[in-house]
Amino acid sequence: MITRFIDRHQRWLFPAPAVIFILLMMIFPLGYTLWNSFSGWSLTAGRPNTLIGPQNYINLMTDARFWNAVLNTFYFTALAMALELALGVAIALLLDAKDYRGKRLVTSILLLPMMATPVAVAMVWLLMFEPTAGVINFVLDELSLPEPLWIAGSASVIPSLALVDIWEWTPLITLIVLAGLTGLPNEPFEAARVDGASYWQTLRRVTLPMLLPTISVAGLLRFIDCIKTFDIIYAMTGGGPGFSSETLNIYTYNQAFYYFNFGYASALLVIFFTIVTGVSLLVTYSRRRLEV
Amino acid sequence: MATQSTNLTHRPRRNRSRRLLGNLLYALVLALVVFFLLTPFLWMVLNAFKTPLQIIKLPPELIFQPTLRNFENVFGTQNFMRYILNSVIIGGGCTLVGLLIGLPAAYSIARYRQNRLAVVILMARMVPGITFLVPLFIIFRRLGLIDTYTSLILAHMLVGLPFIVWVMVPFFESIPRELTEAAVMDGASALRTFVTVVLPLSGPGIVTASILSFVFSWNNFMFSIVLASNRTRTVPVAIYNFISYAQIDWGGLMAAAVVITLPVLVLAIITQRYVIRGLTAGAVKG
Repeated sequence: MITRFIDRHQRWLFPAPAVIFILLMMIFPLGYTLWNSFSGWSLTAGRPNTLIGPQNYINLMTDARFWNAVLNTFYFTALAMALELALGVAIALLLDAKDYRGKRLVTSILLLPMMATPVAVAMVWLLMFEPTAGVINFVLDELSLPEPLWIAGSASVIPSLALVDIWEWTPLITLIVLAGLTGLPNEPFEAARVDGASYWQTLRRVTLPMLLPTISVAGLLRFIDCIKTFDIIYAMTGGGPGFSSETLNIYTYNQAFYYFNFGYASALLVIFFTIVTGVSLLVTYSRRRLEV
Repeated sequence: MATQSTNLTHRPRRNRSRRLLGNLLYALVLALVVFFLLTPFLWMVLNAFKTPLQIIKLPPELIFQPTLRNFENVFGTQNFMRYILNSVIIGGGCTLVGLLIGLPAAYSIARYRQNRLAVVILMARMVPGITFLVPLFIIFRRLGLIDTYTSLILAHMLVGLPFIVWVMVPFFESIPRELTEAAVMDGASALRTFVTVVLPLSGPGIVTASILSFVFSWNNFMFSIVLASNRTRTVPVAIYNFISYAQIDWGGLMAAAVVITLPVLVLAIITQRYVIRGLTAGAVKG
């Protein structure tokens, strides 16, 4: 009896538990956030959860710390993403160019940074970045090179954090591009060889154009993760020194769980959500046009 | 499926010494990449076995008398065993429940082309976690669920479920429909077909999905730091708490980092083939 019922309604019964989960854990919280973003709710200021209209959004527009966070977010994302894509593709082409023993071992090593717990990794970089006792500045000193303040300096903190992100996630781009390379058809390469094209010509005219869809998906994946980077920034600087590495994610976190301004934090979330979804849709859309 | 290497290195050899130089340069660049990737791990392990004085000593010693004090501290005074247990319960719970609701959903998406549902689930992967975390914190606080396994498992499922669906949908799509149709012809119910025909064929996919779900739950920091407290504190939060003291205990910190990352890295290397397939799935067509 029950099995027959399941048979007949498999189409919606099978996904039903997941749909309920999505409704309770994703859709409802998102709606709740949207509602809260119009309220003045704050535990620290002792304001109750009452609607105040678009006041939070108006306040945000004149909030210097918000604009600072927007700038920091895009600076970090652009820097990390650009270098990860460039390095990731280059390393993949390098690994693919020759056959040698130990290729499997190199693949294993590529896997390590992105699987390691980010907070644990952040702690190691914290020790290495240490301006006086750290190993990086020690080596730079031995080589008589300038020794930056790394995460302790307001100008160098974001590039330093980007360096950690690059270390962690460049291998993902490499692995994706390597997988993309094995999936390419052979004929264009044979044609290029017959025509006497050099390695660089083949790379520029054949390999890279055919890899473009793969690279753009890898880029989108990195954009989505870079823009919401939390673990390494929070664990290493907490947004400091001052607010010089405070990204949107960190600022929202502080508004919500440090100041307990739930209303204001919700307005930040709505804006953050809109930016991420907007750019992602834009990239997906332009990619589709690119392929047609 | 031939690799491209044969196609790209087709130039006739000019002379031996030039090729040797090329190989040498190649090896050098490769070594540089490997060195960059491995140095932080090397530093983590080295300093985990050093005393505080050895850690701040310059130039750093690469060969020294190792001490186990840091690890004794981590497991003794810091009670790390408890945090590891918490992380295993939460990671395991979020993976099990995730599979329980994710597998039938992924199967249904693959079979009935329910693309809209797939997009919504993958949204959880795209949307910043904090968008869910703030409202969930408020809701869980009202329900008295802060610092319980329930709230942490539910929150971590937001990380795990998208991976499970992401990996399983293409997997289920590749299972020939004739197989399931044959089972139905033999009179098996939908549920029976799914459990006795489809799932046994999906071993590698389920392994991949489970590993990714577990590892990313184990690594998760943001959900845990907000939702977990004394009773359910997970390992990333525990290690973060190390630096809240005035004087940073670098040795203990590095020992804790080794204890946290080692199991994940071992798991990742053992199941390397699956993990790579899972991480690159979707980005590469075909």
